[in-house]
Amino acid sequence: MNMPTNPQKPAKKLSLKENYSHLTRGLGWDTSYQPMDKVFPQDKFEGIKIHDWDKWEDPFRLTMDAYWKYQGEKEKKLYAIVDAFQQNNGQFNVTDARYINTLKLFLTGVSPLEYAAHRGFAMAGRNFRGTSARIAAQMQAIDELRHAQTQAHTISHYNKFFNGLHDYTHMHDRVWYLSVPKSYFEDAMSAGPFEFVTAISFSFEYVLTNLLFMPFMSGAAYNGDMATVTFGFSAQSDESRHMTLGLEVVKFILEQDPGNVPIVQKWLDKWFWRGYRLLALVSMMMDYMLPKRVMSWAEAWEMYFEQNGGALFNDLTRYGIRMPKYHEVASMEKHRLSHETWATFYNYTHAAAFHTWVPEESEMKWLSEKYPTTFDKLYRPRFEHWREQQAKGERFYNGTLPMLCQLCQIPMFFTEPDDPTKICYRETTYRDEKFHFCSDGCKDIFDNEPEKYIHSWLPVHQIYQGNCFRPGTDPTAPGFDPLAEVLQYYGFHVGEDGGEYLGSPDAKNWKAWTGKPAVSE
Amino acid sequence: MNAIAKDKVFIAFQTNDETRSIVEAIEADNREAIVIRYPAMVKIEMPGRLVIRRETIEDLIGRAYDLRELNLNLISLSGNIEESDDEFVLYWNQH
Repeated sequence: MNMPTNPQKPAKKLSLKENYSHLTRGLGWDTSYQPMDKVFPQDKFEGIKIHDWDKWEDPFRLTMDAYWKYQGEKEKKLYAIVDAFQQNNGQFNVTDARYINTLKLFLTGVSPLEYAAHRGFAMAGRNFRGTSARIAAQMQAIDELRHAQTQAHTISHYNKFFNGLHDYTHMHDRVWYLSVPKSYFEDAMSAGPFEFVTAISFSFEYVLTNLLFMPFMSGAAYNGDMATVTFGFSAQSDESRHMTLGLEVVKFILEQDPGNVPIVQKWLDKWFWRGYRLLALVSMMMDYMLPKRVMSWAEAWEMYFEQNGGALFNDLTRYGIRMPKYHEVASMEKHRLSHETWATFYNYTHAAAFHTWVPEESEMKWLSEKYPTTFDKLYRPRFEHWREQQAKGERFYNGTLPMLCQLCQIPMFFTEPDDPTKICYRETTYRDEKFHFCSDGCKDIFDNEPEKYIHSWLPVHQIYQGNCFRPGTDPTAPGFDPLAEVLQYYGFHVGEDGGEYLGSPDAKNWKAWTGKPAVSE
Repeated sequence: MNAIAKDKVFIAFQTNDETRSIVEAIEADNREAIVIRYPAMVKIEMPGRLVIRRETIEDLIGRAYDLRELNLNLISLSGNIEESDDEFVLYWNQH
């Protein structure tokens, strides 16, 4: 028998590497009743060649026992803080109720992506034949489910006090601006498993999520939102592991076969641009929606993409990988992105589940300082005009529906890379039908896979086709108001959830409940 | 050939009691480390290569430490990772 000779002395513990190796090599097996190609039918059709799955290494070498232990600790920590936050009416300690609108955007736009990521990684885990890849995907699937749940639990407390948070999954599947994140993720999920992990683990999590979570969570802390900082940081602690996985995945694929390089480069080009377009929402959050600001979008772009992303792509040049296509366009746009995006939401806020407003004078001063070459010249006059109109009781709302980009589904408001005063339009004709794009980046992606994107569910088209009314609605009835009906279909409480912030029920409640002004000084 | 500036790696932690000693250990083991403090977050940048040593942390906190505990307070990082029982290393391959 293998009894230890000295019962006082425990057997030597396995090292981290040995432990991980037992989990990811020792527990795997090749199927014999069915050929492996039939059991894993999806990991070859994308053209990626893998010769040795054992070369896949998770540098964190997390084993299941450690995974459950640390995840359990994170949960206990998080829920203790969420409890304390709720018991102490923490929702009234944020800077002012404008801040809550970032949570509305987050809950309706980002949290459902966490759930989608859970599904996506569960599928990726099923479809990879390498054991360590499957384990990494499985852990991430569980992480993402945890994120979706903790975000819903945390933000549900705000739903007791503020509007627009009452039905985020219903909204996510229907509302026009939420089709931007939804279609982004569904594009990835409907790709093959290698494209999915390259898109989400690498292009999104490694290259771009720092831009979402680091300024956003630090911003939440700065604006007094203890609950959001906590779930954000709790999620982010998993995210670091996911980012690491993203880099390892890409290196693994590139090292396996030289034929993989051009395929991966194409995915990097595509998913960089898709992710960057998605982050337009984050840019306006940072520059306009946080009453107290941590850094500007342009500064964050310089720090997290130009510097850190630059270092990353320098590291990958040894594989023959270059910076993603159109990264220079993104850098040219950094001084205008947030202003163009916020102005568009200011126009259409009556059809959104969150409020918008004209920045205060002190905030415009900050914007002038952060954007010295663009803000005063191009954007301040527009805000001043809107402010005057508002003072006269003529708050501007745009009554038309915007044209959407076929690819990113964002209204076509972006400007020409070399001319910030001219709207950028691109088009392609495919099978005698014309398709419209906001940029060369989006047009290229379409041209490469037209059959995928001609099927896009574009909210504006769907509204005009009569597909965004509740069942039983009669659009021919006298006095029929299509916009009001669409908002009902979205599940909005009209007059409460969207529109101008000043004078909104949220602003009034804030003053009544806290005694503080609706806009903090 | 001109010497090119080394690309920076970084690691960011939540600001709390546990990470105070971790940051101190990193500063002790990485002389060129730059520590930047944001609301609720501390970010450490280092040209080329950053090492976190288990022993240095253990000396500061006075108990055994498993480097995987870093996971609990980690917010983000950038660089290739090499982890063993004794060291957690972040690095970029320089050209």
